[in-house]
Amino acid sequence: MSCSAAIGPPQWLAKPDFQAVIDALVAAGHRVVGPRVAAGAIVLDDVACVADLPAGWLDDQDGGSYRLRRDEAAGCFDHVVGPHSLKNFLFPAREPVATFIRDGAGWREQPLVPDPAPLAVLGVRGCDLAALAIQDAVFLRADVADSTYRGRRAGLFIVAVNCRRAAATCFCHSMQCGPAAGPGFDLAVTEIDDRFAIEAGTTKGAALLAAVATRATLTPCTPADTAAVRDVPQALGRWMHSRQAMPGAAAPRSLDTTDIRDLLFGNLEHPHWAAIADRCLACGNCTLVCPTCFCHSVEDVPDLSGDRATLERRWASCFTLDHAHMHGGGPRPTTASRYRQWLTHKLAGWIDQFGTSGCTGCGRCITWCPVGIDLTAEVAAIRAADARP
Amino acid sequence: MNVFRVAPPPRSPWHGRPARLVDVEPEAPGVATYRFDCGGPFHFAPGQFNMLHLPGIGAAAISISSAPDAATVGHTVRAVGNVTHALARLRPGAGVFLRGPWGKPWPLDALCDRDVVLVAGGVGLASLRSAIVAVGRRRGDFGRIRLLVGGRAPADLLYAREYPAWVRADIDIRTIVDRPAAGWPGPAGLVTDLLAGLDFDPRRTSLLCCGPEPMMRAVAAAGRARGLAATDIFLSLERNMACAAGLCGLCQFGPTFVCRDGPVFSHDRIAPFLAVRHL
Repeated sequence: MSCSAAIGPPQWLAKPDFQAVIDALVAAGHRVVGPRVAAGAIVLDDVACVADLPAGWLDDQDGGSYRLRRDEAAGCFDHVVGPHSLKNFLFPAREPVATFIRDGAGWREQPLVPDPAPLAVLGVRGCDLAALAIQDAVFLRADVADSTYRGRRAGLFIVAVNCRRAAATCFCHSMQCGPAAGPGFDLAVTEIDDRFAIEAGTTKGAALLAAVATRATLTPCTPADTAAVRDVPQALGRWMHSRQAMPGAAAPRSLDTTDIRDLLFGNLEHPHWAAIADRCLACGNCTLVCPTCFCHSVEDVPDLSGDRATLERRWASCFTLDHAHMHGGGPRPTTASRYRQWLTHKLAGWIDQFGTSGCTGCGRCITWCPVGIDLTAEVAAIRAADARP
Repeated sequence: MNVFRVAPPPRSPWHGRPARLVDVEPEAPGVATYRFDCGGPFHFAPGQFNMLHLPGIGAAAISISSAPDAATVGHTVRAVGNVTHALARLRPGAGVFLRGPWGKPWPLDALCDRDVVLVAGGVGLASLRSAIVAVGRRRGDFGRIRLLVGGRAPADLLYAREYPAWVRADIDIRTIVDRPAAGWPGPAGLVTDLLAGLDFDPRRTSLLCCGPEPMMRAVAAAGRARGLAATDIFLSLERNMACAAGLCGLCQFGPTFVCRDGPVFSHDRIAPFLAVRHL
C-alpha cells in the first residue's frame, strides 16, 4: 500500500521455483491463498505448492456460462477471474464485528478473536487490485473505519499477475482497471513461456523477493526482456480495445462510460428497467460475486443463555425484498427498482460517494447471472434510447 | 494552528457509549421518551441521531430529542419493530449502547435572523424538539418562529405539556389532527392545511420538516409553490441502517447515504430523487 511504483526491474524465476515465493510467504507467517480448481471452477483457496495452481486449465466465460477446459499450453494464471475475489477474505460473507457479555444490568464488550495469520493472495489481477482500492475507500476512511477489515488489510500481501488472456466477459480496459496489474501489489508476476518475470511494487515485496533469492535463482531481466514483459498486458489491452474476435477467443465486452453518471440518474424512469426486470430473477448472484459490492446487514445474535451477544455482519443484497426494510416495508418492492438500485449505485452513485466507479470491468456479474444479464448491454440500451430532455 | 495536532483515530461504527436507562415518560399511545445517562456529557447537534443498540436484540436509528446540553440523552420512540418493542420492555437501570451521534444536523447556524417554519408530522416532532429547545435558548438570533404540528388524533400530539414553555419563548404553535376527538378545539385536516393558511415572506423564511415521507413531499411541494427556495427547505429522511457511518450501504437514497449525507437534506439536493417511486 505504501508504494506503487515497481522497485527495480523484473527478474526471471523458473516456474518450479515459484515454490520459493510460497515458502517465503509461509516463513513470513502468512496464510497463502491462490487460484485452485474446485467444484468445476477456479476459486481462491489455500495453496501449499506450485502444483496446486491451475496450470493447464482455461475458463470459457460468457453471459450465464462458466466452463473449465483443459489446455496443456495454458500457464498457471491464464484463467481469468472466478467467482471469488479478495472480498471473500477481507470482508467475508459472515463475520463477528463485536461481542458483548452481560454485566449486571448492562453489557461489557469482549475483544474479538483475531485472525490466526495475515493473508497472502496469489494471482490477483488488475481488476481485483482496483476492486481492493474501491473497498478500501469504503471501509478505511479517515473518520470511520471497520476494525476487522482494517486488521486484515494491514497484514495483506498481494502477489499480482499481469493478464495475458481475457474472457468474453472482461471489460477492464473500459474501466481503466487492467489488464496490467497495479498499482497496489507487493509482487507482480508475468508469465512468459516456462518462466515468470517477478517484480516488487512495495518495500514489503522487495523484502520478500530478497528472501526468495536465498531459496531460488533470480536472474535480472535485460532492458529488452523488461520491454517484452511490459508488452504482455499491453498487447492484451490493445486487443481488448480493438474488440476483434480471435481464433479461440471471443471479443471481450466493453462499456462506454461517457457521462455515465448523468446518463443513469437522468433515466431513472426509463422503460428499459422494467424490460430488464422481465429477465432478472432478483437472485442476488451479481452482488455476491461482485468484488466491490459492500452492502451488509448486522444481526445481533444472542447465545442460548442470553448473556452473550455477537454482532454478526452478513452480506446484504439490494436484490432481496427485505433489503433495508422498515416498519412500512421494503423501499424497493419491484425487481425493476432493485436492479435499478444496483446498476445506478455501481456505475453512478458510487462516483458521488467515493469519486470512482464501483465497477472494475471484471465481468463476474455477467458470467454468474443465471440468465446472463449483461450490464454493458443494459447501459448501451439505455444510452441508445436516452430519455433525458 | 497547532501543526502537531494528531488526528483522532477513526471511529468504529459498532462500538457505542454504555448508557443506563434513567426513566421512561409516556408521550402518546405507543410512544414514550427514554432518557439515558451516559456518565458524562453527550455532545450532539439538533437533528443528529443515535444507533440505539440493545445487545442480543438489535440496533435502530433514532433521532435525539433532548436538549443539546441536557444531563441525559432523550429518545422519543414509537414501538413498531423488534428493537423498539424490546426498548419498551426495559426497566430503569438497564444498560444499552448509544452509538453516535451521527448525521448532518438541522442547519440552525445558517438560519440566523431568518424566520423559521418548523413542520412536524407524528413522531417527526421528536427530531425537531431538540432544535426547538436550542432555538428557544437563542431566541434573539432568529426572526419569527412558527411550529406546525400534525397528528392523527389529539392523543398522538407529542410534548403538549411543553407547549406553554415554547409559547413563552415566542414560538407560535399551531396544531391540526385528521381524526379529531370530541372537544378538540383546533382544526381538522393535514399539516399542509396549516401551511396553506400561514402568512410568511418566502424570501426570509426557512422551513424545517420531519414526518412521514409522503407528508414531507407534500410540505416541500407546498413550500415551493408558496415561493420558498429549494435551498431553504430542509427535510429529515428516515431509512433503515446498520452502521450509520456510510459503511453498510442500507440507507442509500439516490447517490446519497441518508446516515452520512443526511438525515437532514436541503430539498434541492434530493428533490429529483424524492420524485422517483421505489428509489
